[in-house]
Formats: sequence, C-alpha cells, structure tokens
Amino acid sequence: MACINPDGTLTPSAVAVLKAAEVPVTPAEIARQVGLPLYRVRSSLRELVEAGLLKEDAGFYTVTTLGKARLN
Amino acid sequence: MSEQTYVATFPRLNEPAPDFEAVTTHGTLRLSDFRDSWVILFSHPADFTPVCTTEFIAFAEIYPELQARGVELIGLSIDSVYSHIAWVRNIEEKTGVKIPFPIIADLDKAVATKYGMIQPGASKTEAVRAVFVIDPKGILRAMIYYPLTTGRNMQEILRLIDALQTSDKYQVATPANWKPGDKVIVPAPKTIEMVEQHLKAGYEVVDWYLAKKSLS
Repeated sequence: MACINPDGTLTPSAVAVLKAAEVPVTPAEIARQVGLPLYRVRSSLRELVEAGLLKEDAGFYTVTTLGKARLN
Repeated sequence: MSEQTYVATFPRLNEPAPDFEAVTTHGTLRLSDFRDSWVILFSHPADFTPVCTTEFIAFAEIYPELQARGVELIGLSIDSVYSHIAWVRNIEEKTGVKIPFPIIADLDKAVATKYGMIQPGASKTEAVRAVFVIDPKGILRAMIYYPLTTGRNMQEILRLIDALQTSDKYQVATPANWKPGDKVIVPAPKTIEMVEQHLKAGYEVVDWYLAKKSLS
C-alpha cells in the first residue's frame, strides 16, 4: 500500500492528497497542488477510495467523513 | 526425452499496449494510470547487476529530457519490490543518482510474459533488455529488444521519441540517422496526380518517391 503504512497511519503523500480533496477536485488538479506525477495521484486515489477515505463523483474526488477523521 | 516447446507472446505495433496492474516501488500501478502521457516501459535482467546499474543511472540522467517530452518511465524486472528498493537506495548511496521512476516487481512474470520480455534462449528466469514506447492513447508505437550483454543507448531512445512525436505532429516520416532539426521525409504520393503535385511542391526531391523537406 503506497498510501497506508503497515501500522495503519497515512503516508505523507496520502495526507497531501486527502487535504487537496477537501473540496471536489480532479486528479489533474490534485497532481498540480501536491506536486506528484499524475500516475501516482491516480494510483493513490484508487487506494484511498477503496479504503473509504475518499469518494468519487463524475471524475471529482472529495474526502469522506472517515477521511477527515483520519486527517485529524 | 520430451522436448518442451515455449511459445512466447509478443505485443504488436500500433495495437493497444497490454494493460497491467503491478506492484512497483511507487505503489500498485496500472498502465492506464499513465494515460495521456507517453510511456517508456523497459525491462532489465536483474537488480544489483553491473550492466543494469549503468542503464538505470543512464535512464535517470535522461529522465528530465524525457519529462520535457511528456514521457514517463517504468522499469521492470523479475525481482521483489524489496530488492528494487535496496538496489535504488544502493545506487543513490554509491553514485549520488536518485532513481525517480517506478520499477515493477514482476515476480510472477505476469507483465513480462504479456510483453515477450522472457526469452528462454537468453534466460529462463530473467527479462531481456526490452523497451516499449507507448503513446498517450495507450497504443504501442515502438519496441526494442537488446540481449543481456549489451547496455542500451539512451540517445537512441530519445531520438526514437523525437522521431515518433515529429511524425505525429507533422504527418511525416524520418530518414536513417535522423535527428531533430534534420530534414524529414514527405510521404510518397499514391497517385499519378499526386506525383505531379509532389514534384512541384518545392521539396528536396531525389525521385518522385523520395522527397525531403525542412520543418522550420
């Protein structure tokens, strides 16, 4: 898992992606904001959606309640 | 004694590059994560081997030039992700060169098999030195296979990218030993009428089927 460490904590890049998705945002915009290559953002988004920390709607990603709790 | 027949599968030019999902040093990646970018997928025989180490340093050195051309790099070998991590850390420690691109840990040979990287005449357990150029639409545009003994030429890889991108942008072909700035080949006319137009167009004409022009 590139976003979630074996002990369950989030990696720095995962935290950055979740913070960038506090409002609905596209993968390209997240890549621009956090300075990661777009391919890595797409991979992270997939992982964070599977973990329930992000939700996707029509290509826009937003942090979930669970994701916000993990950020705090 | 029965002889085992090995039939390798190979991807084909101008067809969609085989998709994959693979564990890499940058997490689990799919080829489709790279859509809208040019991609160079390349394999190497093994981590912690001399020729491969020189190649990785060389790929890292041309990485900025590839990025400037909109190209992402993906490495691959039949090694574990822990081996990859240890090797790239070792390269950085010993040479100061940081490997900026992901490396696929293809322990089950799933990706290597799809791309014909395992060629038993060379090695049954290691990938040969293959290079696949995939365009932003996911179409396989070029393939290069080198043997285990011979390190690849980075300038040729850059030249190949430049040639493909020039062909796409200007609808031309490129002659032998072409490099950016050189004249390009105008597609040969396909009818008698087109030949007449072609000959009057001001190209550098050797004969009706071979004409060059400058792009500037």
